[in-house]
Amino acid sequence: MTATLDAAVPLTGRRIPGSSVARAMAGNRKALAGLLILVFFVVLAAVPDWIAPGDPAASRYGRSLGASAHHLFGTTGFGQDVAAQVVHGTRPILLIAVLSGVFATLLSVLIGVSAAYLGGLWDDLLSLFTDVILVIPVLPLVVVIAGYFAHRSLTVMIAALVVTGWSYGARQLRAQALSLRGRDFLEAARVRGERRSYIIVVELLPNMTSLIIANFMNVALYSVLTASGLEFIGLGDTSSVDWGTMLYWAQNQAALQTDQYLWAAVPGLCIALLSTSFALLNNAFDEISNPALRPVRRLRG
Amino acid sequence: MTEVLLETTGLTRHFQIGGLLSRRTLHAVDDASLTIGRREIVALAGESGSGKSTVARLLALVYRPTAGEIRFEGRPLSRLRSRRDLLAYRRQVPMVFQDPFSSINPVYRVSHGIMRTLKLHRPELSAAERDAEAERVLTAVGLTPAADVLSRYPFELSGGQRQRIGFAQALACKPKLILADEPVSMLDVSIRIGLLNLMADLRETQDVSFLYITHDLAGARYVADRLVVMYGGHIVEKGPVEQVLAAPRHPYTSLLLSTVPDPRAPLPSVVDTGEPPKVVNPSPGCRFRARCPLAIDRCATETPRLRLLGPGDHAAACHVAGPVEEDS
Amino acid sequence: MADLLLDVRGLSVEYATARGRVLAVDDVSLALEPGEFLGIVGESGCGKSTLLFAIARLLGPTAAITAGQVYFKGQDLAQLADRQLAGLRWRDLSVVMQSAMNALNPVTTIGAQFRDALRAHGVRDGKEIASRSREVLGRVGIDPVHLRSYAHQLSGGMRQRAMIAMALLFNPDLVIMDEPTSALDVVAQRSLMAQIKGLQQEYGFAVVFVTHDMSLVSHYSDRLMVMYGGQIAEEGPTRTVFDTPRHPYSIGLLEAFPSIRGPRVRLTGIPGSPPDLADPPPGCRFAPRCPSVMAVCTQRPIELYDVPGAQVRCLLHAPGGVADD
Repeated sequence: MTATLDAAVPLTGRRIPGSSVARAMAGNRKALAGLLILVFFVVLAAVPDWIAPGDPAASRYGRSLGASAHHLFGTTGFGQDVAAQVVHGTRPILLIAVLSGVFATLLSVLIGVSAAYLGGLWDDLLSLFTDVILVIPVLPLVVVIAGYFAHRSLTVMIAALVVTGWSYGARQLRAQALSLRGRDFLEAARVRGERRSYIIVVELLPNMTSLIIANFMNVALYSVLTASGLEFIGLGDTSSVDWGTMLYWAQNQAALQTDQYLWAAVPGLCIALLSTSFALLNNAFDEISNPALRPVRRLRG
Repeated sequence: MTEVLLETTGLTRHFQIGGLLSRRTLHAVDDASLTIGRREIVALAGESGSGKSTVARLLALVYRPTAGEIRFEGRPLSRLRSRRDLLAYRRQVPMVFQDPFSSINPVYRVSHGIMRTLKLHRPELSAAERDAEAERVLTAVGLTPAADVLSRYPFELSGGQRQRIGFAQALACKPKLILADEPVSMLDVSIRIGLLNLMADLRETQDVSFLYITHDLAGARYVADRLVVMYGGHIVEKGPVEQVLAAPRHPYTSLLLSTVPDPRAPLPSVVDTGEPPKVVNPSPGCRFRARCPLAIDRCATETPRLRLLGPGDHAAACHVAGPVEEDS
Repeated sequence: MADLLLDVRGLSVEYATARGRVLAVDDVSLALEPGEFLGIVGESGCGKSTLLFAIARLLGPTAAITAGQVYFKGQDLAQLADRQLAGLRWRDLSVVMQSAMNALNPVTTIGAQFRDALRAHGVRDGKEIASRSREVLGRVGIDPVHLRSYAHQLSGGMRQRAMIAMALLFNPDLVIMDEPTSALDVVAQRSLMAQIKGLQQEYGFAVVFVTHDMSLVSHYSDRLMVMYGGQIAEEGPTRTVFDTPRHPYSIGLLEAFPSIRGPRVRLTGIPGSPPDLADPPPGCRFAPRCPSVMAVCTQRPIELYDVPGAQVRCLLHAPGGVADD
């Protein structure tokens, strides 16, 4: 008595979930667009000195020059090359986005999944904690944290973003972990005799990768905008070369009122583009992980 | 009488429900005593809410009993404390779950669960021996070519095939008793027979017993040696399957019998629209009395106890039921 | 002969999938008279649910009717615009889904959902809404106090009965049911079926009932249709199909039921799995699993042949015997 497979479920061209994600991404226009933009900025961040050699903060050129062959986006009111500044400003913002994304997501996973899996009093306590942080208005809190530290560095910025950025994801991950908790394969692992830590890390978390990655993208996006915003209002390191700081100085020097549009527009556009790339990737991951959200191919009769 | 493998005495499990201000006790299982012998298939039948799944989980150590005792091979489970002892028991008594679509982790290949089982419960095996064992159990459940199936993901298999994987995982530990919690309820009717046959074959070839939890008496009759019927947390009848079904003593067993799907048989006229009870803070008395056509006054005040009514340990918990010989 | 209530002719439905177009329903025809109870039986994936959704025009955007007509009371549903369909829906034709827990709105009360349905079809008077809601609940044996309950507060059986009550709000002529009992256990299933049959006889609506469990419909349906691989395998009056099943698949289905009485015999069920509709086997779709398969069965597509009282898609019953190619 055998249920041989040749008469059974046919081979659906064995798709490995990993490679299917890659293939899904390739087929998803949003993912491709987001990825292209991100790759572009990663290249700028990786080798800024190749692309724009020299110190971008040095006032070497004529002031407030317009766009030309020498200066792709003209110069600032202090005689710095706008394009060079933008290129060199990519690395800090990207570092902020990625590092806050990673740490905030780690915190979200830790707190959210533990709350769901441990249940009971632990869940109540952790959820209460999450909710309190969640309810605190974000921007004022970030301003307070960033403003508190006299020494304004990347670390402080990242810390502020992580502290304010983890709670939303924790709620989402807790919800998803709770819904997965009812699945038999987790109970099966428990009945098998696996330790709780093993079950959470090996059995549960891999089922949540899409949400975790989407969370990362979300925090990255949030970080880009918030960090630039903080720099814009002068709470960043105003002597550093950053997109947000460029905006700060541009505003400080009334760039828009004095027809120096490029000085403000170019870093602004970069902020927008980088955030968009994270948003596109976020959406794309949502669609990839949840087939119900995918754009529907209508059947043409 | 076969050698006793597992025995429960007065097994009870209560759950505390409700908030701080309205704490109530849900009686999921009360005073359940049953035995499972070597190479025996015992069917545990009842509707949803009868307590049968809770019994399985008590035997699988998912819950600790509120009262009563479980003995496996003579030793009480309450004595199991260390992780090693618990693991040793779990190796002997694995479980197969009801829903083939949620009982296997979808992100890993089908080999994952089997390999984990082998690593946990048979650590003495080398990697090559593990591979061989995995193929052996897959072949034993009829999934061939085994190496090919092992490399597949769950979504590539049908419901029936996934349930076979569940059985393979259970077999990988060379168990003495497999707890099967409604393993065929979610499968198409035409596929169920294949899995019931598998259980009967495994009992012969792998020398393993089964606790087969179901709500379908026909399937129970097809595959089981003995039948235990539960209602509202109590065992209401038990005994050799043929005898219980041929001469049911408890009115609930008769009701279950009348609902059995059989396209060839004419439709019986008894139709019951009752609902299974949620047994919260129960009062004494038979829990079936609201739906019972034979209830008398005594049924409302005194909880019936299991009484021996026929040969082969055929017992029923009913004030009205008479011994089997009374039938003409 | 009375006018047919539902006359499906040559219906075919295709899905767009990642692997190309899949023919889920292949040239299915059925005729239903007013008040008739038709059971459609088959395994998962045989196309029975797709057929139902196609008739009710509930197909998702990835599927479409690619051939055939669905005449309901003279009108071809396949050609109707959404607005005209909306007028028909629930008044003349209603649907009961498989899992009431998924079909009932979890965040509103049962009464609110009844109210929505009634209002959507022009019943605005509060008193009339209340009395109609109470009346249909009474028909299915649910205490009207439950109009204020949420779906999760009712048991599985009660939820399904609430769904059936909702389907009967406007006394439709046809009620389509997609496995409404499969999420329940045996006792609840049996009582629900009896209730459905009772309601059907009392109010005279026709029923198309889809299930994978043949025994469930066998006592209640007037006609029975067995589907396999998107096609009709066998079709005819219930008693004919039951007492003399002809298609090897129907025979296999009937024998998949262990008997509660009579001798204990070992059954074999139907080995193998249903065909992949994206790449169906040539010739007869059941051939890979058929115990009576012949060489000629895989050579060409099989038609529906007439046999006394029924129709069968099997070469064993081809008129004039089987011609070898």
